[in-house]
Amino acid sequence: MVGKPRFGSLGRSLLILAVVGWFALLILVPSLALFRAAISGGVGAFWRALTSPEALTSFQLTIGITLIATVVNTVMGLLLALVLTRHRFPGQTFVDGLVDLPFAVSPIVAGLMLVVVYGPNGWLGIPLNAIGFQVVYAWPGMVLATIFVTLPFVVREVVPVLREFGVDQEEVAYTLGAGRWRTFRKVTWPSIRWGLAYGVTLTVARSLGEFGALLVVSGNILGRTQTTTLYVHDSIESFNTEGAYAASLALAAVSFILLIGMESLRRRVAIREGTE
Amino acid sequence: MGILVRNLTKKYGDFQAVNGVTFEVPAGQLVALLGPSGSGKSSILRIIAGLELADTGSVELTGEDATHVPVQRRGVGFVFQHYALFRHMTIRENVAFGLELRRPKPNKDEIRARVDELLGLVQLMGHAERYPSQLSGGQRQRVALARALAPKPKVLLLDEPFGALDAKVRDELRAWLRRLHDEDHMTTLFVTHDQQEAFEVADQVIVLNHGKVEQMGPPQWLYERPATPFVTEFLGSVNVLNVETVLTMDQHGDEVPLSLDLPGSEGGRAVYVRPHDLEVQRHRDGRPCWPARIRRLTPLGGLARLVLTLHDGTDIQVQLTRQRCLELSLAQGDDVFVLPKDLKVFHQPGNFVENYMI
Amino acid sequence: MSRHGIPHNSWTSLSIRTGSLLYLAVMVILPLVALGVQAAEPGPWAFWNEFTNPFAWHALKLTFTTALAMVAINAITGTATAWVLVRYDFPGKGFMNALIDLPFAVPTVVTGIMLVALYGPTSTLGAIMGQSGFAVIYQVPGIILALLFVTYPFVIRSVQPVLYEMDRAEEEAAATLGADDWTIFWRVTLPTLWPAIVTGSALSFSRALGEFGSVVMVAGNRPLATKTGPMYIFGEIESGNRHGAMVVSVVLLTCSLGILIVLNRLQRRGDESHGR
Repeated sequence: MVGKPRFGSLGRSLLILAVVGWFALLILVPSLALFRAAISGGVGAFWRALTSPEALTSFQLTIGITLIATVVNTVMGLLLALVLTRHRFPGQTFVDGLVDLPFAVSPIVAGLMLVVVYGPNGWLGIPLNAIGFQVVYAWPGMVLATIFVTLPFVVREVVPVLREFGVDQEEVAYTLGAGRWRTFRKVTWPSIRWGLAYGVTLTVARSLGEFGALLVVSGNILGRTQTTTLYVHDSIESFNTEGAYAASLALAAVSFILLIGMESLRRRVAIREGTE
Repeated sequence: MGILVRNLTKKYGDFQAVNGVTFEVPAGQLVALLGPSGSGKSSILRIIAGLELADTGSVELTGEDATHVPVQRRGVGFVFQHYALFRHMTIRENVAFGLELRRPKPNKDEIRARVDELLGLVQLMGHAERYPSQLSGGQRQRVALARALAPKPKVLLLDEPFGALDAKVRDELRAWLRRLHDEDHMTTLFVTHDQQEAFEVADQVIVLNHGKVEQMGPPQWLYERPATPFVTEFLGSVNVLNVETVLTMDQHGDEVPLSLDLPGSEGGRAVYVRPHDLEVQRHRDGRPCWPARIRRLTPLGGLARLVLTLHDGTDIQVQLTRQRCLELSLAQGDDVFVLPKDLKVFHQPGNFVENYMI
Repeated sequence: MSRHGIPHNSWTSLSIRTGSLLYLAVMVILPLVALGVQAAEPGPWAFWNEFTNPFAWHALKLTFTTALAMVAINAITGTATAWVLVRYDFPGKGFMNALIDLPFAVPTVVTGIMLVALYGPTSTLGAIMGQSGFAVIYQVPGIILALLFVTYPFVIRSVQPVLYEMDRAEEEAAATLGADDWTIFWRVTLPTLWPAIVTGSALSFSRALGEFGSVVMVAGNRPLATKTGPMYIFGEIESGNRHGAMVVSVVLLTCSLGILIVLNRLQRRGDESHGR
């Protein structure tokens, strides 16, 4: 290593201290503050707030929406990734960029876009309303919004793995007489599953936490069906801070668990890439 | 005096990379540090440059103790295996980098003139404004050399400088480096694992193994008088024969053990013979010889390589001229007699060598 | 047509391609086009009026200035953090490295709640800061703080791999030529890291332009003071001025999309010039 005492050991210690301090101040301290605030009224109060009927309903809705959005985007994301890496068609680069588009869209704008399309006067809203199917201001709109904002995750994680993996091994399988489905199951799938799992975890985390887009598509109706994030927001608005803190802590705890899962998955993906 | 290192040791964790190395590179010479990978040669070079600190031992550069001088002030020119050019700078900026850091700082015209001089030397005058990514591997390595030479270093250190290049470019650059050295006689130490490269370029070769110096000397001398089995095997190909099992046919046609005067013959001792130190004959002429059968015959242009099987089952390699091969009209499967012209036996305690000329 | 010559033109692969591309068209292109068309429909004059409306203008200006302030801080702290994590060893490094992505996992609303819990007027710290005139929550610094939290990982995760893979020989070469540690950092290391720092900064900037959930919790929603672009959009939707919302949406969307497209181009060119 060059000049082992780079910046001198004092300078180095100061830099480490500054970086760790900044991390603690920006990320750790607020997390701990939430924890403290949530249980400041005692564990009993926390538990009551967490199990209030509104909170429980919101958990159910969030879990339901997350499930649907995750399943849809896992399947469609996998297909899109295969199409992007294994097929060749005009406009491929454009499609490749298009997949990332939801990342560039503010959640509020995403919600607005859906209202514009599926709202009472929207291009698809008019025919759908005519057959009595309401999208916006109802749960299908919330599902749609969640699907929109989480669309890129699975594709983005699987595409690089598929590219890295290449087609050589698949072609070997073909030459050995394996059919397409068998090749996918025995050769392609084992190499992409950890990347896929990482993408799915990201999708779940984002689905649980989506707020802005849901706020717009759910409309500002009193007593509307609330996801957990909406419940947190509305609780703050109506000065039900215990409820807001309790639900927030629950969300934070779940995302923390997902983060740990993400870390171990990422390590797995890295190991796989390292061995190839 | 150019470079003097004394008693260098360096450990990485449990791995003893350098283990008590002492040698001297005389001023104005071009010396090769030769050894297999893991022999500690690169570590030694980096310690001399100051890129790494030795655990113990000292380094002297041009007569001054440099053991504790930081790399920036050692005044060494260092060339890396993978060039390590600054990729965001043009060739001119790369070569000028070290000049701009000299104190007192040379003025712009001086820097420009020196860079032009060096680019002329490495024959890259027309490439000054290009970026490293636009050059070929051989050109990049020449830029790296020009960059190292620009600040007029006290010594030049090269770490496997041609290792990343393909064969043809490597040969050209070797010859070119040798010519360059013949002109300016800068004290130069370079690391290589390729004995042919060391032999072609260097005035002297230091052979390393397991972090220790095995032997040091001019290339031909090392080849002819290797001090250890390792040096013998590392410098060119060699047949290793078991003293106990190889039988020699004496003048009466009887097979007897090797008639070498070996004191305290313990088991497993070996005899070393180079492929070109073996002679092949169709018939016995009374001199002690080894009966053998030709297993494979490979013509290699002006030479021919034979693989022979001795009676004890050992395969040996023999190198003959194509001429000799034709004279004897040798073919695969023929029975022949092999006469060793030069045998080497290493006496383990004390490592002293006996050459048997037969 | 398959890229590598395996005949893939069967019915299944055609339907997979058609299906996934259709999905993308309905989910992404349709809403985007609908938003663009409806925003432009009332004519350029109406668009201009909504854009230059003092409330919209101020909200956009606030969004851009807070995002810029965040980027300036994150570019430096992010680079320093990546540096410390790659080059130095210290106790707790693994823990910190695992928690870097926490802001990506935590719902943005929860982020907002955390900051309110820590710095809000009802907390001890917030009260002290408020009394001494350094109030953060419901002020502009609060917005910047929220943006810093949610974009914390971008620069770090962009610089870290470059530092890992960086050839130390370039730095060593500079040292043998007489460069001291600072010269090496400024003239050799930083130019190598520069593209990664710009990429991370641009991604965090793009994300900050659209950030809503955390900002809405800490900003206080005061027009012409702490109302950001996305908050303005939401307010206009609520109050029935959909066109105003769409105009600001189009502006924000164009900016983040522009950033991503430019970044994509630069990356592609960078890859080509390095022959990768």
